[in-house]
Amino acid sequence: MKSLAELQAIKAKMQNKVALREGSGDMRVVVGMATCGIAAGARPVLSAFVEEVAKADLTSKVTVSQTGCIGICQFEPVVEVYEADKEKVTYVKMTAEKAKRVVEEHIKGGKVVTEYTFAAENA
Amino acid sequence: MKEISLNILDIAKNSTKAGASLTQIILEETDSALTLVIEDNGCGMSEETLKGVCDPFYTTRTTRKVGMGIPLLKLSAEQTQGSFCIESKSEEEFPDDHGTKVTAVFNKNHIDYTPLGDVVFSVTTLIQGDPQVDFLFIHRTPKGEVSLDTRDLKAQLGSEISLGEYEIIMWITEYLREQYEAIGY
Repeated sequence: MKSLAELQAIKAKMQNKVALREGSGDMRVVVGMATCGIAAGARPVLSAFVEEVAKADLTSKVTVSQTGCIGICQFEPVVEVYEADKEKVTYVKMTAEKAKRVVEEHIKGGKVVTEYTFAAENA
Repeated sequence: MKEISLNILDIAKNSTKAGASLTQIILEETDSALTLVIEDNGCGMSEETLKGVCDPFYTTRTTRKVGMGIPLLKLSAEQTQGSFCIESKSEEEFPDDHGTKVTAVFNKNHIDYTPLGDVVFSVTTLIQGDPQVDFLFIHRTPKGEVSLDTRDLKAQLGSEISLGEYEIIMWITEYLREQYEAIGY
């Protein structure tokens, strides 16, 4: 069984890593988590982003956060990617699988997954 | 909502939006009923606002914290012949003791009962979204009890490690899943 004391060991291991992270946040992934988003399946989408960003060792560069209703409820789950000096990218009708691809190609590779964007959906 | 745990995620987010420093999520389960209580120490609501929250058409753009969430939870409880209740004390009227308490009772044997679903997933999602505030989660079942108090975690971790870190979220997930396994839920 896990005990709370284990957190001490995790803390010791993480301290160096967290120290490196100061002054970071070039890229922000924001998942819509209002009633509309949650009902449409935003919970696994958020968790996929959190997991994939951590696995890719990108937490020093990318923050994953939650927000309320983005205003296009029929396109939920909606995810916005913000990057300094670039136009915001809005991904719609997301799934955990699509999230993995966005991390791989866009967050890591710098290439927007155009087919999942709001612009493509609305074209 | 496909699972009650999604309603829990949705409603508990209102608490953090209301500025709560502590949100309690208490599930009391018997063989025939599930009682959900979400209680916070946030800013609360006036009597007038409270009257409107159960009406899905009450929402205006200026009162965004009120919307479809409460009506959906009320519906999912009442469609099982259960009950729903919301009480609130506004910070203006009760500066020392304010907050909101939502109680929903579900009849588990009713054909329209929505399964509880993955409540651990909802608790960890809440913590990831607002790691600075505290959550107390208790699930009492006929087989035993599962609980988590983020204040206990912070006592171990101190202030420099956020509960929102992936490693911590994974640890909390396993910590809760192990508790459910241990009681054979």
